[in-house]
Amino acid sequence: MLRSSQPLTGPNRKRCREDEMLLGAVLDEGERGFIIDTRSAQAAKQARMTGGGTEPKSSYPQWKRLHRPLERGRPLQESFIKLVEACNDASINMDRWLSRLESSRWLSHVKAALSTACLAAQCMDREEASVLVHGAEGTDTTLLVTALAQVILDPSCRTLGGFQGLLEREWIEAGHPFHLRCARSAYSHARLKQEAPLFLLFLDCVWQLSRQFPFSLEFSERLLLTLFDNAYASAYGTFLCNNEKERRESTHSLWAWLNQPGEKKKYLNPLYSHNALVIWPSVEPQSIQLWQGLFFRWIRSSQYLDEAWAEIQRLLEGN
Amino acid sequence: VENVRLLDRLSSRKAALGTLYLTATHVIFVENGSEARKETWVLHSQISSVEKQATTATGCPLLIRCKNFQVIQLVIPQERDCHDVYISLIRLARPVKYEELYCFSFNPKLDKEEREQGWRLVDLTEEYNRMGVPNNYWQISDVNRDYGVCDSYPTEVYVPKSATAHIIVGSSKFRSRRRFPALSYYCKDNNASICRSSQPLSGFSARCLEDEQMLQAIRKANPGSDFLYVVDTRPKLNAMANRAAGKGYENEDNYSNIKFQFIGIENIHVMRNSLQKMLEVCELKSPSMSDFLWGLENSGWLKHIKAIMDAGIFIAKAVAEEGVSVLVHCSDGWDRTAQVCSVASLLLDPYYRTMKGFMVLIEKDWVSFGHKFNHRYGNLDGDPKEISPVIDQFIECVWQLMEQFPCAFEFNERFLIHIQHHIYSCQFGNFLCNSQKERRELKIQERTYSLWAHLWKNRADYLNPLYRPDRSQTQGTLRPQMAPCNFLYKFWSGMYNRFEKGLHPRQSVTDYLMAVKEETQQLEEELEVLRERLANLQKSQLNDNKVKSKRQERSKELGLSTSNNSLANTPQEYSNDLKSFPSRSPSQGDEEDSALILTQDNLKSSDPDLSANSDQESGVEDLSCRSPSGGGCLPSEDSGKDSDEAVFLAV
Repeated sequence: MLRSSQPLTGPNRKRCREDEMLLGAVLDEGERGFIIDTRSAQAAKQARMTGGGTEPKSSYPQWKRLHRPLERGRPLQESFIKLVEACNDASINMDRWLSRLESSRWLSHVKAALSTACLAAQCMDREEASVLVHGAEGTDTTLLVTALAQVILDPSCRTLGGFQGLLEREWIEAGHPFHLRCARSAYSHARLKQEAPLFLLFLDCVWQLSRQFPFSLEFSERLLLTLFDNAYASAYGTFLCNNEKERRESTHSLWAWLNQPGEKKKYLNPLYSHNALVIWPSVEPQSIQLWQGLFFRWIRSSQYLDEAWAEIQRLLEGN
Repeated sequence: VENVRLLDRLSSRKAALGTLYLTATHVIFVENGSEARKETWVLHSQISSVEKQATTATGCPLLIRCKNFQVIQLVIPQERDCHDVYISLIRLARPVKYEELYCFSFNPKLDKEEREQGWRLVDLTEEYNRMGVPNNYWQISDVNRDYGVCDSYPTEVYVPKSATAHIIVGSSKFRSRRRFPALSYYCKDNNASICRSSQPLSGFSARCLEDEQMLQAIRKANPGSDFLYVVDTRPKLNAMANRAAGKGYENEDNYSNIKFQFIGIENIHVMRNSLQKMLEVCELKSPSMSDFLWGLENSGWLKHIKAIMDAGIFIAKAVAEEGVSVLVHCSDGWDRTAQVCSVASLLLDPYYRTMKGFMVLIEKDWVSFGHKFNHRYGNLDGDPKEISPVIDQFIECVWQLMEQFPCAFEFNERFLIHIQHHIYSCQFGNFLCNSQKERRELKIQERTYSLWAHLWKNRADYLNPLYRPDRSQTQGTLRPQMAPCNFLYKFWSGMYNRFEKGLHPRQSVTDYLMAVKEETQQLEEELEVLRERLANLQKSQLNDNKVKSKRQERSKELGLSTSNNSLANTPQEYSNDLKSFPSRSPSQGDEEDSALILTQDNLKSSDPDLSANSDQESGVEDLSCRSPSGGGCLPSEDSGKDSDEAVFLAV
C-alpha cells in the first residue's frame, strides 16, 4: 500500500516521467494496481484547474483508478459540530433525534471511511494487488484510509504497541497537521478554516471495529478516548505541531507515559486474543453505532458500563 | 420442489440451490451438495406473510416473512409450482382450529409427571406470597372463581382488604370488559402498590359508587400515602374520544384523593404500522446511513419504546420514591397496561431480573391477566386489525434496559429472543388463546408442554456472565436516566436482523465469558477436591507444592490465556455500485472461512455445538428438539461457514 498526494497534472495534462517510473516500478510485468482517490471524480477533475489532477490512464496503464469521495475540511468539521450540538441538546424529542443525528451526517462519514478502508484492504488481501491512496494533499483522508486499512489487514497493528507504531507512521510522521486540524474542537465559535476532525473520525472507525470484533484489538476504548484528548490538548509533545520538521525534541512522548506498566494496564482490552486473520467489518447502517463513550462522555454516567468492564476483568483474571 | 434457490439479502450472489419441502408443521429448505447438509426450517406458525413476486428469467420469486423477523427469499423455477407452494403456505400459516397448532403434536418425549412438573415451575400464588400478600391490607378474592365477574381475568385476584365482593362486582360493571382494579405488584417496604384495570365507563358524567369505593380501598391499603395516582396510558385525545362512546377516564372531582395522569402511548394500530415501517427499512437493499436513520425515525418505533419505558419509570418512581400507589389502565387494560406494569415491576424488584422471576412476571402480568395472545400474535387466523407487537415491545424494553445496565439481569439477550420466538411458534402451550378461561377449557396444560420448563432446562445458555446478585446494579430499583437520553435507545439488530449473520459481531462475548466462568468454577471445584484430599491425607509441604503446579499446568492446557481462536469472516460488498473485479475465483481463501472455534471448545465435550454457539445467532439451534417424532426444530442458521466470495469492483 502506498500513499501520496495528488499528481500535479494541471490543465495542460502535464506528465512526469519519474513519477510514472516510480509507480511502474511498484508493479511487476502484467500486474495490476489500484489507485484509490479519496475525491469524487468531479472534484478530482476540477483540481486540474488549480494545478492538481489525477493520473491519466494512458500514462499509468497498469493502474486502475477508483474514486471514493471522503469528506474532509470544513464540511467534516461542521458535521462534527452539528453532532455535538445534537448530543447536547436536551430539548430534542425522541421523534426528532434520529433525523438530527442524520443531518449531522457524521455516521455517514464513518460508514464511508470504513467502506473505503475495506476496499483498499480488499484490493490487497483478495485481489493481491498493490494500492496507491491519495486525495488532494495526502495529509487527511489519505491517512485515514491507509491507517484504517492496516488495522483491518494486519494483526500486529491491533496490538497496543503496534497501534502506537501505526499512529506514529501513518499520522504523525506522515505529516497530518495536528496543530491545524485539532485546534479548538466542537465548541469553539471560531470556525477555523483548517480545522477538521479527521483523526477523531479515524478513532471512531477504530472504535466501530472494536465493537464488531471485541476480541481482536489489544487496546480498549479508553486508549481511544485518551488519544482523542491528547490530540487536542496534551501535556505531551506527540501530537504537537504539523509535521516532523516543526516538532521539537524537547517534549515528552505520550507513548512513553502510556507504556509504563502501571498506566498500560488501563488501556488493555481484557478480552484480547491474538487474531491472525483479516477482520472485515460490516458497514451496514445497523452495524455502525454512535460512539456513546465519546459523544456522551460528559452527559451521562458511564458507571454501569464501567462496572460491567470491571466484572469482565474480574472474570478473566479468574479471581 | 427441486432446484429452488434461497437468496441472501445482503449478498445477491450468495444464493443456495436446494430442495424445498412442505410438511404439516414446517417449511424446510435443504441445500444441495454441501457436506454439512445445511437446512433451514420454518414453522408455519411463524409465517406472517407470503408474497409472490413477478416472475423473472431466473424463476418465480417467493418471499416469506416471519413473525420472528426472519425473511426467506426463494426462487422457484416453475411458476405453477410457485403458485402451489404459495397457496399451501397461505393455508398452513392460517390455522382455523387450535388442534392444528404445533403444540398439540410436539413431543419432547417427557412423561406425564415431567410435563405436569413443567407447568408447576411457575406458581403465581407463591409469587404473591413472596411479594407479601395476602396480608393486613390485601386479600385474595375468589369472586371470579367461575369467571363470572370478568372472563378475561384469572380466577384468583388480589384486592384491598376493604374491597368486598359487592364493591368488586359493582366496580366491574363500570369498567370496560369488566376488568376491575386488581393488584399487579405490591411493595412490602412501603405498602405502595401497582393496580391495573381497564377504562371506566364514565362517558361525560356517569358515576359508580362501587368503583369510587374500589379506588378508595386501594388508596387506603397504603396508609403511608394520602392520595392515589391514576395513570391512563393513552394519549389524552384518544381517552377523550372514548368519552363520546360512553367510556373515558376518571374525573378527579368524583374520585377522592386521586391524581390523574396521562402518559401517551399509542394504540395497537399505530404500533402495528410502526413495526411494519421499521421492517421495511430492514428490507432495504444496501441502504445508506441516511436511508436507515430516516426510515427508522419515520417508523416511530424507538419513540414508542421510549414512551413505554417512560411510563414504567414514572410508576416505579411513584412507588419507590414517593411511596404512592398507582392504578394503571388504558382502554381495555390488556395491552399498554400490561407493558407498563411489567416494566415498572422490573425496575422496582430485582427478583424479576432473574430468570425465574422474569418467567413469573410474564405469567402474572401477561398470561394470567388475559393479554390476548391469540388475537395479537395470530395463533389462529383472525382479524388482522387485532395483530400488534405488544409483547415484542415489552421484550425490547427489557433489552434496552439490559444494554444500559449490563450487570443487572441474570439472563441474556438470547433468553429474550427465544421467548419472543416461542410466543409466535406455538410449540408450547403457554401463549395460546386469549385468557385463562379459554386455556382451561382447552385443557392446555394436559395437552401441551410448558416453555418455561424447556428454557429452565437449558438455562445455562441464557445466563448473563456479568450478573452478580451482590452488585449495585442488581439490587433495588433500577433508575434509568430519563432525560436527556434519546440516544440511549438503540436499534435492536439482534432481534430485527436476527438471521443476518453478516451484521453481527462474529463472536459472542457473552458465550466466551460464560465459558470462562464455567472453566474457573471447574478449576475451583477441582481445587477444593484436592484440598480436601490433602487435609485428609495430612501430607507435608512437599505435596502442597505439587498441587499448585498442577493447577497452573491445567489452566495452560485449557488454553485460557493462549490464542486459539481462529476468527474468520468474509468481506461484505463494500462498493454500492456493485461493479465487479474480473478476478479470482470465489474459492480463494477458503481456509479462512472455517467455522468459529472458541478457546474453550475442548472443555465442553458434552456440548458439541459450542463452536456454533460462539456465533451469536446459533443459540437458536439449541431450541431444536430434534426428537424423532417430527419434533420441532428451529430454523438452523448457517453456522459460521459463509461461502467465500470476494467483493468485486468494476474495472
